[in-house]
Amino acid sequence: MSLKRKDLLSLAPLSVDEITLILETADSFKEVTGREIKKVPALRGKTVVNLFFEPSTRTRTSFELAAKRLSADVINFSPSSSSVVKGETLLDTARNIEAMQADIIVLRHSSAGAAETLAHGVKSSVINAGDGWHEHPTQALLDLYTIRQRGMNFRGLRVAIVGDVSHSRVARSNIYALTKLGAEVRLVGPPTMMPCGVEKLGAKVYYDMDEGLRGTNVIMMLRLQLERQGRALFPTIREYSRLYGLTAERVRLADTGAIVMHPGPINRGVEIAPDVADSLSSVILDQVANGVAVRMGILYLMSGVN
Amino acid sequence: MTTPANKSTERKDEKLIMDAGDISRAMIRIAHEIVERNKGVKDLALVGIRTGGVHLAHRLVKRIQSIEGVQVPIGELDITLYRDDLALRKNQPILRKTSVPFDMTNKVVVLVDDVLFTGRTIRAAMDGLMDLGRPEEIQLAVLVDRGHRQLPIKANYIGKNLPTSRDEQVQVLLEEAREDDRVVILKA
Repeated sequence: MSLKRKDLLSLAPLSVDEITLILETADSFKEVTGREIKKVPALRGKTVVNLFFEPSTRTRTSFELAAKRLSADVINFSPSSSSVVKGETLLDTARNIEAMQADIIVLRHSSAGAAETLAHGVKSSVINAGDGWHEHPTQALLDLYTIRQRGMNFRGLRVAIVGDVSHSRVARSNIYALTKLGAEVRLVGPPTMMPCGVEKLGAKVYYDMDEGLRGTNVIMMLRLQLERQGRALFPTIREYSRLYGLTAERVRLADTGAIVMHPGPINRGVEIAPDVADSLSSVILDQVANGVAVRMGILYLMSGVN
Repeated sequence: MTTPANKSTERKDEKLIMDAGDISRAMIRIAHEIVERNKGVKDLALVGIRTGGVHLAHRLVKRIQSIEGVQVPIGELDITLYRDDLALRKNQPILRKTSVPFDMTNKVVVLVDDVLFTGRTIRAAMDGLMDLGRPEEIQLAVLVDRGHRQLPIKANYIGKNLPTSRDEQVQVLLEEAREDDRVVILKA
């Protein structure tokens, strides 16, 4: 099979077969990233534009490295040094970039739905690298890849997603993908950080962290997104940390061999204790390393002629 | 060494070119030619091109071991990322794993494939190998050379030269892919 999509905007519409294809393709690129010469000519002559309207280190670097390792030409675009400051709209900016023969546009934007709007307006393939609180599909795919790399089977896997679920695009993408693959998804956090009706997505909600972590195979911590909240959703950071911070003691509530994940950047001592972040059960740096292979796979699969 | 009986029979939609016995004999001959040409198996390695070439490479390794008593290193190469038509395709082909678990420096690497046709696959394979290391020499072994080269590429070891027309389809079917060993031309 092949990925017959012009764009990758969300994991909600992807089938299990499509998700599996992306993960299996990433396997081949994992081998490439382990070589001495980490470059293949698969995207020679293609142009990838990283259009990031929000600060990003990990995702932008990861996409840039992925595209360069596929031999694509890469343009990094940041709004502060562009015509956006002169009042140009997102669509006009993208159309101008497209006029320069961009094949793939990777978009990070603070507004939910920005990637979809762009995809309808341009012929280039659009990859959503995070749009507001909506989705971050490539992050969820690399999370899935990291879980699979540990030899875990998704069917029946117990995954706890802990923290600010309502502001987390990573959580939303993971909920869609994990439930589709047959995992049991538990959402753990305070009621103020839990979106209404989230159970409809097939996840169970826990307000008590210890109860939510009991017997899980994967603990996925979320960053406390102070920059997104606009208003306080908990009395103090200290209180949040005490109730929902991941400590070594809490990790022991999970299943033997459980792994700890975090999309980064981590707030050490807030949502995750430093000794847990640096422990053997932590796969946080594996997630970063796998991100390049997974994004190489996605860029490759989406590089077909539109 | 026993030679398998000719167990393949011609089917309705295909013209039989080589049966199991023919393939086995060709493999034995190629194994001997590889050993003879390279004066033994020192610094020799085989790399099969996915998928048919991998099966044949494994067979050659066994044959060489029965001749020389040494198991030469073997690798598996997926050439998809080096194809010259990726920029023209609507949907990209599925990738398979590449695994060359030995250092190719100073080694004579015999690339193994089932059918040699335009030469484009072999060009891609050579590019792929060069990205993995720097072999001393690359040689090419194929079960069938059907002609119609589009690049200046020639095999060192050939099981069977098979004159074909461009629109004919040659298929190598192997036990490893749950088929009876045979080489056929598919009838239109």
